[in-house]
Amino acid sequence: MRFSMLPRVFIQMFKRPYTNKFTAKYTPASTTKFLENVGAGKAQLIPPVETPNGFRGKIQYDKEKCIGCKLCITVCPSNAIELKADEKKIKIFLARCTFCSQCNDVCPVNCLSMSNEFLLADADKYSPELIVE
Amino acid sequence: MKQKSTTKTSYHIPIGPIHPALKEPVYFEFEIDGEKIVGVDVKLGHVHRGVEWASRKRNPIQILYLAERICGICSYCHPAAFTLAIERIADIQVPERAEYLRVIQGELERICSHILWAGVAAHEIGFDTVLYLTWQIRERALDLTEFLTGNRVTKGIMMIGGIRRDITSDMIPRIQKDLQYFKDNFETLRHIFLDDKTVKMRSQAAGVLTKDDAIKLCAVGPTARASGVKKDVRFSESYFAYGDLDIDLITPDVLTGEVNGDVYDRIIQRLLEVKQSIEIMEQVLDKMPSGEILAEPKIPKLLAQLKKANGEAVGRHEAPRGEVIHYVKLDGNQNPYTWKVRAPTYNNILPWIPMLKGEQIADIPIVAASTDPCMSCTNRITIVKGSERYNLDREELHRLSIEKTRRLLR
Repeated sequence: MRFSMLPRVFIQMFKRPYTNKFTAKYTPASTTKFLENVGAGKAQLIPPVETPNGFRGKIQYDKEKCIGCKLCITVCPSNAIELKADEKKIKIFLARCTFCSQCNDVCPVNCLSMSNEFLLADADKYSPELIVE
Repeated sequence: MKQKSTTKTSYHIPIGPIHPALKEPVYFEFEIDGEKIVGVDVKLGHVHRGVEWASRKRNPIQILYLAERICGICSYCHPAAFTLAIERIADIQVPERAEYLRVIQGELERICSHILWAGVAAHEIGFDTVLYLTWQIRERALDLTEFLTGNRVTKGIMMIGGIRRDITSDMIPRIQKDLQYFKDNFETLRHIFLDDKTVKMRSQAAGVLTKDDAIKLCAVGPTARASGVKKDVRFSESYFAYGDLDIDLITPDVLTGEVNGDVYDRIIQRLLEVKQSIEIMEQVLDKMPSGEILAEPKIPKLLAQLKKANGEAVGRHEAPRGEVIHYVKLDGNQNPYTWKVRAPTYNNILPWIPMLKGEQIADIPIVAASTDPCMSCTNRITIVKGSERYNLDREELHRLSIEKTRRLLR
């Protein structure tokens, strides 16, 4: 009884680890250098686990379709959407976005959709990467 | 801090307000005589995030996502209870298929939460292999959640008058495959937790909560049921589709024939509930009728309907940790007049007092964890012994717990 988990532990030793070692197998000595190498093509990133269909990632906005009805602003729980009054289009601040996709559901012309992209970390909350317009 | 004059026989250990074995910042003061706990004092109210206040500036649909963020593990229960209250006020009839889909989400969350708890409990007694095993199973449950709702933790699946995502027929094989995986691994978990000598030694007769105390102190959820109190909202108030399903309320005597109300019974209780949840999900997949999943698919129309609604109601849902209650009052404005939340841990804090009295310091982690409190923040205990002051941190407490396990094994 004391060693009841031993067979399982033994099998586990020869199995591939369950964890996906995302970005790199071992922590690089210098993250910036590693990223530079990746940029130069010398090193490779281990890709993250694939997202399933219907995953709620970064919002995509089809500006042409938008009619400026403001319904998405009404339902957004974190007030992440702003109306640009002069051109009647919206601006989404992803730093505030909670990725609930409620704005997608409410949009009458389906100009909003969720993508699979989720690596959105940034030091500046107003960086152009984090503003969808 | 209530500091009594130092006596020669007992001293005081304050734990909290910030401590990872406690779900919410809460302050404990233990009176210790040697290794034995002789007195426990609890103080609440250290964290106030203003979630209820934030609701004053939001309409019910926005509050669904605010409610989801009250607790990370119960991110389905809070919107569910809130929705039940709103539906009662506005008199919205939910389509039958949506009721069944809601049950699936609720039970999947219960499986996630209980398996997570089993890992944490094993970790507290120094059984880390089981922690990794349970979390591997939980990973499958989270993947299934992501597959069904679109995200792992904040599900965003609840909607007033129904549910946001349907389960189509091509999704069912994947769900059944995962349920089969849970069933296979449940047997392993049951064997490890219920037949293992070490787990038994640490958990039997530890942290006893008698039936009387459980009733008196209003314990809820698995904590109350493990003490033999037949209390479960799923059965007492047949909301969602629970009334249509063939299920029975379980207490640990189903398996062992007697109720002791100790930590071991709480382990049995949770494991039995995981098994029951798997069975419920299978039944739902069989019985689910076809049809609409939303009472009012047009959200602007729904918001207008809610704006006209007037009245107050209570929504009750059986969360993995016990009964969660939401009180909502609408007064004809866009935003609710008031919203009050009572999470199950609030009720399960006072039962800690009778549970911990008479136990040893090394038993604090497992007994405190046995009511399933959330792990968060830093862990720090300051021991004040006479004029001496030293810190007993999380690692130290954990080391004490492992040492006790080793000592018992010898």
